[in-house]
Parts: sequence; C-alpha cells; structure tokens
Amino acid sequence: MNNRIGRRFEELKAEGSAALITYLMGGDPDFDTSLAIMKALPECGSDVIELGMPFSDPLADGAVIQAAGQRALKGGQTLKRTLQLTREFRQVDDQTPVVLMGYFNPIYSYGVDRFLADARDAGIDGLIIVDLSPEMDQELCIPASRAGIDFIRLATPTTDDARLPKVLENASGFVYYVSMNGITGNALPNPVDIAAAVARIQKSTLLPVCVGFGVKTAEQAHVIGRASDGVVVGTAIVSAIADTLDSTGRVVADPVKAVTNLVTELVCGVRQLDRRGRDVSTAI
Amino acid sequence: MTARPVPNSFRTGADEQGMFGKYGGRFVPETLMPLVLNLERQWREAKGDPAFEAELQQLSTFYVGRPSTLYFADSLTRHLGGAKIYLKREDLNHTGSHKINNCVGQILLAKRMGKTRIIAETGAGQHGVAAATVAAKFGFPCVVYMGITDMERQKPNVARMKLLGADVQAVRSGRSTLKDAMNEALRDWVTNVHDTYYVIGSAAGPHPYPELVRDFQSVIGAEARSQILEREGCLPDVIIAAIGGGSNAIGLFHPFLDDVGVRIIGVEAGGRGLKGVEHCASMSAGRPGVLHGNRTYLLQDDDGQILEGHSISAGLDYPGVGPEHAWLRDSGRVDYVPVFDDEALEAFQLLTRVEGIIPALESAHAIAQAVKIAPSMDANQIIIVNLSGRGDKDVQSVADILNMEI
Ligand SMILES: Cc1ncc(COP(=O)(O)O)c(C=O)c1O
Repeated sequence: MNNRIGRRFEELKAEGSAALITYLMGGDPDFDTSLAIMKALPECGSDVIELGMPFSDPLADGAVIQAAGQRALKGGQTLKRTLQLTREFRQVDDQTPVVLMGYFNPIYSYGVDRFLADARDAGIDGLIIVDLSPEMDQELCIPASRAGIDFIRLATPTTDDARLPKVLENASGFVYYVSMNGITGNALPNPVDIAAAVARIQKSTLLPVCVGFGVKTAEQAHVIGRASDGVVVGTAIVSAIADTLDSTGRVVADPVKAVTNLVTELVCGVRQLDRRGRDVSTAI
Repeated sequence: MTARPVPNSFRTGADEQGMFGKYGGRFVPETLMPLVLNLERQWREAKGDPAFEAELQQLSTFYVGRPSTLYFADSLTRHLGGAKIYLKREDLNHTGSHKINNCVGQILLAKRMGKTRIIAETGAGQHGVAAATVAAKFGFPCVVYMGITDMERQKPNVARMKLLGADVQAVRSGRSTLKDAMNEALRDWVTNVHDTYYVIGSAAGPHPYPELVRDFQSVIGAEARSQILEREGCLPDVIIAAIGGGSNAIGLFHPFLDDVGVRIIGVEAGGRGLKGVEHCASMSAGRPGVLHGNRTYLLQDDDGQILEGHSISAGLDYPGVGPEHAWLRDSGRVDYVPVFDDEALEAFQLLTRVEGIIPALESAHAIAQAVKIAPSMDANQIIIVNLSGRGDKDVQSVADILNMEI
C-alpha cells in the first residue's frame, strides 16, 4: 500500500494499536480556527483526520454536527475552502491521512472530475460519502478509486451477510462500521454486538475495519479499540469545540486546547494505556 | 444543437437503477439501502397480487370515495370566455385532497411488510392528515414531522392530525418547512429502520418511491381520461396541475403522456418572482443536484447548498421536484411554468366566488394557469385542471393576508 491511509494502518498494526480517527467540521467555527485544530490533532495523537464538508441538509447527522455545519456555512465555508484547508494543513503535515466526510451534492455541484483532481492536488486521501451506497458506485466511487483516492465504505447493522460482499466490492482505504441504526450523536450500543459485527466484516475483507457513531469517552474508545482496527470520534470533538463558543458562535475560550485535551484522553483509551502511559491492555 | 431523441413511450417506469434518464436513483445511507431494496421487491409482488389490488380497490371506492368527479366549471368557463374548463375534483376525496390515494396504497404495503410504526413528513398538512388517517384506521402509531412555519400557517391540519392520534413533531431547522420536515423524517427512519415504514407524501425520495407514488396517484389521470372521453368524446387540449414534489401532477399526467395531442403543463410556485430566492420553481430556475435520495432539479447555491425557497403555499414550498418531472422537462414532453403568489391568491378568490369552490392554495396555482390561457383558446377546446385539494386549511391564512375582519 503506497498511500497515506494504507501506510498509517500498517504502522499501527506493527505497534499493535487501533487507530484513533478524529472528526471535525471544516470551517467550524471559522476557517482559521479549524485549521489550527486540524494542525494540533496529529501532535496529540490522532492517527487519521476526518474532515467534514458542511452541507445544508445532513440527513444522517444529529443536532451537534448539524449545528457545526450551520456555523461553518455561516462563516462562508465551501467545498473549495475545505480543500484549501487541507492544502494548508499539508504544508505542515505530509503524513497524516485526511479523509473528507459528507454528502454528495456539493461534490456533484463542483463537478466530479474537477473535484477529484483538486482533492488529489490538495492532499486528500479518502472520501466517506454518506448518501452514496454501492448501488451508486458509478457516480463517485469508481472515478475516485481510478484517481487514486480511497472510497471508504460504510457498513451498518442492516448490512446482512447477503449484502456484505456488495458493500465490500469496491471499498478501499478502510471499512467504516456504523455502530448503530441511527444518526451521529446517539448513544453507543452494546460493545459485544459491535465486536461481533466487526469480526464478521473482518472475515470478509483485508481492509482495516473501524467503528464510528456513538464513541464519546476514553473508556468507550478503549473497549471499541480492542475489538476493531480503529475508532472514530466525532460528536464529542465537535461538542468540545462548541463548548468554547458563545451563543452567537463567537470563540470565547480556547477550542484548540479543548480538542487537544479530549483527544489526548481518547488516545490513551485507544492505545490501551492509562493516563500516566502505563499499559492496561491486559488489566481490563 | 443535437436533436432530442424521442422515446417510444413516455410512460415507461424507472430503469433497474431507479433512474428516469439521469434523474432519480437511490442516494441513501447504507442503513436504509436494504429496506429500500426490500420495499421495491414487495411493491413488485404486491402489484401482481390480486388480493392486494382488491383491497386497494375496496378502500379506494368506499373509504376514499372514488372515482372523484370530473366537473365542468361552467361559471368559470363563462367568466373567462374561452376554453371549457373541467376540474378533477380531488378535493372531494376523504380528507380533502389527492394525498389519500397514495396513503391507502402505502399503508397496505406497510402492513404487508410487517412494519408496526408509520412516519411521514408534511408541508401543507394534507399528507400528514392522510397518513394519520390511514394509521388510525389500520391501528398504527404515527409520527408526522412538520416545520413550525407550516404548523403556523396550516393550523387546522395540525389539529386534525392530533385528533387522529398522530404525534406531530415540530421541526425547527432551516426555514422550518417541507424540506426540513423531510430531513427529520429521514433521520427518524435511519434510527428506527427495523420497525418503521416511511410514507413519503410525494413522487420524490429514493427509488422506488417516485414510481410507487406515481402508480398510486395515476388513478387521477386514468379516471379523468375516461371521464372526458365519455363526456366530450375526445381528449382534452390541455391538462394542468400544480407541482410541489409532483405527486398530484404525475398522477394526472401519466395516463396522458403518450397522447401527443394533449398539451401538459406543470405549475411551479413562482413565489415573489424568479429573480431572487423567494420562489420554489426548481425546474424553471434551478439545476440538477442530489437531495432526499434522488437526483433532480434543485434550488441551490454555487456550492451545492440547498436553498430554502418560498411559496405562499406550504405544499409547494419545496426546493426540489420528483425525478420523473425532471426527466419529462428535459425530454420536452411537459411544460413547466411558474405562477406567482399573488396570481395564486387571485385565482383562489376567483374560483371561490364564481364556482363556490374554495381550492387549496396549491391547487389555486393550477387554476391561475388556466385563468391565463383559457381566454385565448377556442370555445370548443378543453382544459382539465387538477383540483388537488380543498382550501379549508388555508382559510385563516388567506383571511390574514387579505386583512379580512372576522
Ligand atoms: C392540495 C395539495 N395539492 C398539491 C400539493 C403538492 O404536492 P404534490 O406536488 O406532491 O401533489 C399538496 C401538498 O401538500 C397539497 O396539499
């Protein structure tokens, strides 16, 4: 594997650790702040950055990420500026994989071919597009793979054994297992069920299988990290940012610090360490 | 310019991928995909099942009250002094609009699929009322999502839904209209996919909804076609319907699509004019994009963010349109034109005064188009207008707009 995503998972595998994948909304609460947060993420241990592309109608997102998208759009964020964010991030970090997450329409509006060229140029490694299932692979998945950008597939509790091969067929990068039937921000379901689902998917693919939706604390990251190849944390990070803003969305505390504090804790959870850096992987 | 190839028939369904040309499709999260595919299978089976057909017939006749009459609006015709105007009286259906045609069909599908909970989105409240009605009749719990802007302007329907036992959930995102209600309904569906059936209210959403809703609504056009042939011995010159998501329109249009002599006009909400963003004329002023499970014409900005739009009528206040209409527009078979708020308001009052029929504000848009074209047509020509619903729900809003003392 010669791309950043593949390399990063290889490294983690060698270390015996799951990946911590951190989500933030591009442009929330403004361009400069989100760039500062993005730059701070790898330093405090985030392995992969998932960068949200704001959309007016995010039908798989709960209130927290909806609000972040609205703040970003109000601040003038566009798909073009989200690519620019990545371009500026790449000036200081050429190793950390950046995956765009969002909905299809802004990309369709931008033009698929032009978008893929610009995304590659900006240093984007993968795409997670919530409203593109395998049935619509001609739209973006296949052109993206051809352009060398991974198309990360979502698998869900409704993806049964009969359907799983279809979901995995054109998948690349990693597989994103959505822990529940639901929207972002909901509570984490029973980890035992999640572990079973991850094991089932791992049997059918060589790609890493990561879990997202519902993971908010270091303890949860720890449990899910043990059962999978990576843990995605979104709503908790976006909440930490929101907590540093006043009701009009103005920054009144330090969002970078709020995020790095949280991510530092989450890293301990995922790496199976306690807060003083001691290995607890066998203790639980 | 390259010549547009004319298909053999405009009445074919969507293709295997659920596409009408490049429009339609299944742009939904993976969580919903298995359900959407299952719905399609179940729908195909149901269509071929005489027992399903019989139960639908029974409900349609004795519960909905079909066939609805095709009424010769002689007073309006005289008033305008041109083509003969017929009204397809969907306002006379149980619950007061065409929406019930679709709801009786979908509730039978929900039952067949073993679902135990119903959700719906609504703008004008007519679909919410129709969904709550069939839910009451068949004993399903029902949640209806409705934007607070619409709850305010369609209060009588909110009360009806509550009386029918539905849980009306107020939606506060965006401009709090139909688009936002649909987002919220989709979020509910993703969360409760195991037991919930989503009764989509228009010929929109992911495949197979646009086709399925069209099929349930096509009874309008099928009846109108045989009624006019019986009454006048010929097909109409023009048929007209208002377009929100497009279900009453495709229901009227579909049986006439291959009748090349029939001019077909879909009326979009022109709101306060097409120049700015205060309208919902997605086919006159929008461009193709992907929203709510399908590709279609949308009002959107340069970045692909969906615009909110505006219409005086809650049922037309939607920035998109069903994908089959998008395809019919590009193929040139149907003309889509805007009618402005004030024109609809005029037509609302005109029909009320000269025919003693209070139309829904949605339907008033279609009436307004007939008012525009009838005078310049011959007295032996025929227009059929789909009177998709009655205006009781709009009486308060219109009285307010007109500053009436009550
Ligand atoms: C009476 C009436 N007509 C028309 C519409 C518009 O919907 P559609 O375009 O799906 O017929 C509505 C929607 O609420 C309605 O209530």
